[in-house]
Amino acid sequence: MSKLTFDGIAYNRTAEESVLDCLTRHGVVVPNSCRSGICQSCMLRAVSDDPPAAAQKGLKETQKEQRYFLACSCIPSGDFEATSELPQLTRTSAQVRAVEKISPAIARVRLDYSRPFDYRPGQFLNLYRPDGLIRTYSIASVPQFEDFIELHVQRTEQGRMSRWVHEELKSGDLVHISAPLGECYYRPGNTEQPILMVGTGSGLAPLYGVLRDALRAKHSAPIWLYHGSRTRDGLYLIDELRSLAREYENFRYFPCLSRESGYEAFLAARANDAALTEHKNLKGWRVFIAGHADMVGATKKRVFLAGASLGDIHSDAFLLARN
Amino acid sequence: MAKTLYEQLGGEAAVNAAVDIFYRKMLSDDRVSRFFEGVDMDRQASKQKAFLTMVFGGPNNYSGKDMYEGHKHLLKMGLNDSHVDAVIENLGNTLKELGVGNDLIGQVAAIANSVRDDVLGRGH
Ligand code: HEM
Ligand code: FES
Repeated sequence: MSKLTFDGIAYNRTAEESVLDCLTRHGVVVPNSCRSGICQSCMLRAVSDDPPAAAQKGLKETQKEQRYFLACSCIPSGDFEATSELPQLTRTSAQVRAVEKISPAIARVRLDYSRPFDYRPGQFLNLYRPDGLIRTYSIASVPQFEDFIELHVQRTEQGRMSRWVHEELKSGDLVHISAPLGECYYRPGNTEQPILMVGTGSGLAPLYGVLRDALRAKHSAPIWLYHGSRTRDGLYLIDELRSLAREYENFRYFPCLSRESGYEAFLAARANDAALTEHKNLKGWRVFIAGHADMVGATKKRVFLAGASLGDIHSDAFLLARN
Repeated sequence: MAKTLYEQLGGEAAVNAAVDIFYRKMLSDDRVSRFFEGVDMDRQASKQKAFLTMVFGGPNNYSGKDMYEGHKHLLKMGLNDSHVDAVIENLGNTLKELGVGNDLIGQVAAIANSVRDDVLGRGH
């Protein structure tokens, strides 16, 4: 018998029993289907020990690194602790260093944070307002370059958090943030692989983080960034991106406007349309997509049909802003 | 000992090689693509892997009842024999692209066919 701790409660586990079988025997409901490590419906996360390799077969590298595993295929060699909780539920406090409007629609929030806090540029976190309101934002900063965490908050009419950030949040204020989460980040290696990035609105935040991380890692293949907005107000960091494009000959930047025309400097198209018109064959490419959920879903499908492998498509899907 | 169908096809590596091709065919096939809409692609891809592992004769614990339960929401959308045929056709073309011979393709199609009634809810 060994001990299996799940969401804080300890259970007896026999030596041959999988985590799924053990929990099921004790009446704990874990979603499952194939019970043979394929359908991934039984995915859980190990708390601190690395799960056995057999329990991570078929998962994305980014999931493996975060200790996700399949309960039905996980037979630990001894005591083991797992959780169904999402890692962002741990909170730490952070202090606002600065809030600046970098376009009429976008506020750039920079936070001082306490270490250890390991994040990858492009991951996302929850931002907690003192009264309990929670929203998810992607991280635009790169820890090797910046000693703060940078978030981009897009103002929306009904957005309670975004209006508060734009109108009230100021330097010195204390907020709470969750641990970082998500797999929309640059994994080193394969520097010969071309990269396509498509983002709308503040979806530029993770892409800006991933881009600079990739350039820092000396990614040598072309990197194409299409950033779209309906109107001019939503385009931002234009000068910074243009200057990166001048500095790195493999980086190309295309700001796109879908509802406003008459600007010579911008493509008059949606970002995803512009990207897919230019790149019809994405076989072998790495793709990053961020922004509005409908755009992300539709673009994922289009880039997949254009030849990108599922394992090479990374997107920020803000599904996890749970209480 | 004789190799199992799953081993002859190349096991898990074969499933991994097939999933992108097969799923791309399904999404681009007007006959069946609507059944796959609105579901997160990553989730969908692992379901496709489960499907491929099963029809390649690989390890799985699906029962006929599981197959019925897993597809019954699609029956309401009009799932019928023609869709199973389309799936089997895409499966065959996927394997052909991967250089698999007709004999093995036939065995895979036979496994898919063997759960046709469960998938279509006959007898449940
Ligand atoms: C030919 C025999 C078939 C077999 C052996 C089969 C097998 C499977 C398996 C093993 C799963 C994963 C179940 C799970 O783990 O949750 C699945 C899911 C699915 N199948 Fe099939 N399938 C067949 C036919 C079809 C057909 C004809 C369609 C529609 C054109 C279809 C559409 C789907 C969909 C949409 C899902 C995902 C459902 C969800 O999101 O939960 N299948 N199938
Ligand atoms: S139940 Fe299907 S992977 Fe565990």
